[in-house]
Amino acid sequence: MEVNDLLKHTSEWLKGSGPNSDIVISSRIRLARNLADFPFPHWANKKQGEEILKAINEARKSADYLKNTVIFNLADLDALDKQFLVERHLMSQEHAQKTDHKALVIDGEEVLSIMINEEDHLRIQIMQSGFNLSQAWDIINRVDDGFASVLSFAFLPDWGYLTACPTNTGTGMRGSVMLHLPALVMTRQINRVLAAIAKLSFTTRGLYGEGTQATGNFFQISNQVSLGHREEEIIDNINGLIRQIIDQENQAREAMLAQNKPLLEDRISRSFGILESAHIISSQETTELLSMVRLGCDLGIVKDIDRRSINELFILTQPAHLQKIENKKLSSQERDIKRAELIRDRLKA
Amino acid sequence: MLCDICGKNQATVHLTEIVDEQMTELHLCEDCARQKSAQMESQFGLSDLLAGLAEFEKPEKDLEAASLKCPSCKLTYADFKKIGRLGCGSCYTAFKKYLGPLLKRIHGSSQHLGKTPVRVAGGLKKKIDAQDLRYKLQQAIEREAFEEAAKLRDQIKELEKKQMQNNNKTGKNKNGSK
Repeated sequence: MEVNDLLKHTSEWLKGSGPNSDIVISSRIRLARNLADFPFPHWANKKQGEEILKAINEARKSADYLKNTVIFNLADLDALDKQFLVERHLMSQEHAQKTDHKALVIDGEEVLSIMINEEDHLRIQIMQSGFNLSQAWDIINRVDDGFASVLSFAFLPDWGYLTACPTNTGTGMRGSVMLHLPALVMTRQINRVLAAIAKLSFTTRGLYGEGTQATGNFFQISNQVSLGHREEEIIDNINGLIRQIIDQENQAREAMLAQNKPLLEDRISRSFGILESAHIISSQETTELLSMVRLGCDLGIVKDIDRRSINELFILTQPAHLQKIENKKLSSQERDIKRAELIRDRLKA
Repeated sequence: MLCDICGKNQATVHLTEIVDEQMTELHLCEDCARQKSAQMESQFGLSDLLAGLAEFEKPEKDLEAASLKCPSCKLTYADFKKIGRLGCGSCYTAFKKYLGPLLKRIHGSSQHLGKTPVRVAGGLKKKIDAQDLRYKLQQAIEREAFEEAAKLRDQIKELEKKQMQNNNKTGKNKNGSK
């Protein structure tokens, strides 16, 4: 499999299916693991970096359940490939920089991705469509056990899995849920919700995880604490919080429909109209308008397009994806033209 | 006095900077001071936050902590404070005394309750023992209990010898030191 082959299909997590997939885009769990016998990636020398990569790749090759995976050495990829993988949520921005001894392992469905030599030796990630952290945990738990049967992980009974940054020590686990909350934003209740989340030791980030701002109506919520609780307990806590936010968003949606349905219908239909007819459109405007159309789809106001197609458009209209589709480098202006063209084509179909 | 940066406005903010033990004084107008402080904020990253969390209560402890060095990867506690990242798994044992309170401050707990790697019963267990012994050794040296330290040193040597033999048997010989 080549990087370009990924263009031919939709990532599993974008399918728009699974529990509460009207409000929850995706659920993700990642585990941070380190080999006991080597320094952490930032402190390892060249030789050690290569040995770490080799040991993990050997473990991958020997595991039956990882036989459908491929590995990409980041040093072999160009800047566009790397940006493309970041846009697909398969790896972090950080992983795309300073690529020595770094690699990415993914499976065909793009459910599993493993960053090798990012901040930790292993960053294992499972992505699921909809509100589905428990299933993601079942899968990742097995993958982790598989690796642990052939690799010795840095671990202390008192402090759990040892990570480069003490904020990940313990379970090394971060559970994240990506939410689409347009009604809470439009009714100006979102700040109150975000403040409550922060008080409960959870963090809110943007579409692209660590270091990104929450843009538009998308919010990624994850646990901050990784030590002192069992993995299932952490997941239960996130689930409880997410359920409450889903309720609030649903209430806000109902209130908007009850109070001023024509206004909401107008805004959604106008958004659809612009997407259908624009000839030049920026990435930011696309995200904002698609968000409205997705809400319209959830509320039955937009009937001509399904949730999966909207989800796909969010990713396909990103800069590196557009350039991959066109198979050439495009300036920002050229991208805005191609983006509008792609959206028009897709909405017609 | 006029602003040192723009040279136009009256300086109302007086800033003392110490870089590499060199002290410089800056006299700035309000606008330039605001720009300067924005620059400083953008340089303020996670490592600073962690370093802030890792601040110690007493200055003498600070000195003692900064000179601590991980025997395995040679990262010092001062390095950790600067970069906000530990060097290897053994750093956790080497800096145990200071990391315990830090972990508690970050997570509200310093006791792991989650899963255990499947291999912890075998080879890794010995590694944990060696880490524990090294920690005890360091403590003994600090207390100047040299007799105890000598015993511990011998135990570590013995354990390492056994590990070497095991490694040679299985053909694995990895060295984590830098």
